[in-house]
Amino acid sequence: MSPVVLGIDTSATVCAGLARGGEVLASGVVDDTRAHAEQLMPLVRRVAAQAGLDGLAGVDAIAVGVGPGPFTGLRVGVVAASVLAEALGLPIRGVCSLDVLAHQGVAAGLVSGEFVVASDARRKEWYWARYGADGRRLDGPFVTAPDELPDLPRVGPVTSTPLDLDAGVLASIAAGLPEAGLEPLYLRRPDAEVPTARKSTLVPPRLAPRRIR
Amino acid sequence: MSGPLILGIESSCDETGVGIVRGHELLANEVASSVEEHVRFGGVVPEVASRAHLHAMVPALRRALATADVDLTEIDAIAVTAGPGLMGALVVGLSAAKALAVAVNKPLYGLNHLVGHVAVDLLDHGDLPQPCAALLVSGGHTSLLAVNDITGDIRELGATIDDAAGEAYDKVARLLGLAYPGGPVIDRAAAAGDPAAIAFPRGLTAGKDLAKHRFDYSFSGLKTAVSRWVETRRRDGEDVPVADVAASFQEAVCDVLTAKAVDACEYLGVDTLLLGGGVAANSRLRALLEERTAARGITLRRPRPALCTDNGAMIAVLGAEVVTAGLAPSGLDIGANPGLDVSVVRVGPASAPGRLAG
Ligand SMILES: [Zn+2]
Repeated sequence: MSPVVLGIDTSATVCAGLARGGEVLASGVVDDTRAHAEQLMPLVRRVAAQAGLDGLAGVDAIAVGVGPGPFTGLRVGVVAASVLAEALGLPIRGVCSLDVLAHQGVAAGLVSGEFVVASDARRKEWYWARYGADGRRLDGPFVTAPDELPDLPRVGPVTSTPLDLDAGVLASIAAGLPEAGLEPLYLRRPDAEVPTARKSTLVPPRLAPRRIR
Repeated sequence: MSGPLILGIESSCDETGVGIVRGHELLANEVASSVEEHVRFGGVVPEVASRAHLHAMVPALRRALATADVDLTEIDAIAVTAGPGLMGALVVGLSAAKALAVAVNKPLYGLNHLVGHVAVDLLDHGDLPQPCAALLVSGGHTSLLAVNDITGDIRELGATIDDAAGEAYDKVARLLGLAYPGGPVIDRAAAAGDPAAIAFPRGLTAGKDLAKHRFDYSFSGLKTAVSRWVETRRRDGEDVPVADVAASFQEAVCDVLTAKAVDACEYLGVDTLLLGGGVAANSRLRALLEERTAARGITLRRPRPALCTDNGAMIAVLGAEVVTAGLAPSGLDIGANPGLDVSVVRVGPASAPGRLAG
């Protein structure tokens, strides 16, 4: 029998799902972009129960979306998936979350020909990547302002063809997607400034009053 | 040995810790620090720390289990720091702990980091006389606590109203051209200096401040005073006596820390003071506190330095206390709380909304 895969993605909302081979057994989403740490593991338990599993016994592999996505939420899924794999002694595969959306877009017939998948990067920017008609990534992922995207049809949570990630689908196709590793696709460096000259704490010398003639 | 077998995870600042205890017995304490990555910024950068936690978590977990020579299936419960601390950093440890709890199907306890600094001494010195007082000093916190019951009745008597003591050390070290973190380097530089060379101010010790802030601390004014003094010397083309400045600054910090801690013991009528946090390793703080507590007949307890800095064992042993006390687990839907009050030893069960699609 095909292996049972648990799929997790927290690159935007909180998603978890299970698949056996290409068949989705269960899929759940909590539409909350600010409480990933609270929502993820209860959701994993619910989808496992929905799939008829006894806890996570019966799961054979873990797949996780490694973004791109807002950092704090993204790390929730990646660390949880990594620890689950370690504790259960299971193989784990990281995939690009946009690749999953691309596959969903093609499967749903939302696109024909080349297209772009885009998601919210906050700060008035988008995460995006360019895909061929078959859903294979051609370029990206990137983070830019929306007006820097190529002039192609767009799908994804932030676009006019909205599409939300389905972690059951992620679990069902992860083995066939490019391996993305377990390092989150941050695409941005941490906000941090190397300190420059310190401000003086001494009172600045008073300027001599200028004489008005 | 007796007591529950607890695995504790800590990630509130720049240390990724996984500790394992059985009751009061320490079995493993694996700590990975990202301090080197923060040096060029002169302070902890939250996003840099959070990324480092993600890298370090699974390896630390693996090492801790190997060192303790226990199997995950033997663990009775998972304990984790729920706050206070840096949000992005806390979330990594909390998410790891929840995943572990689900994987091994064991209860999860979200615990208070500050109380962990107190509890860790149980590993070194056994049962804590209660009530007692605790002084916690580190780069992130400066607090005076009244500990009536480590699992349920802890109260903050006072805390810093601006910078943590460790932060003041970092800032003064930078001013003097010394390395980050400032605690150990100032301590070393001070050894060759005269603590009475410069009379730096003692924050919140004047009469009117004492009335309102008897047990609170302030290090911002001290930091500014040191800065002014050094800059004035430099402006006038004079050499800056680094050792004397370091010693005089350190004396001002330690004087006020210890004076208020001893005052707190007398106010509470307790005869045990516990010193915790990273700055507890400071030689002058230890010496002065030993002297002043001994003079008043107060017993000073201080865990070994490796347990004073942030680590997973402190959360694990607090977990063991909480489990032994019979408190209910926290539930899988708790969140991290960067400002968690010290009176909340264990984050209670909550319920979260959510919908299940498909
Ligand atoms: Zn601490």
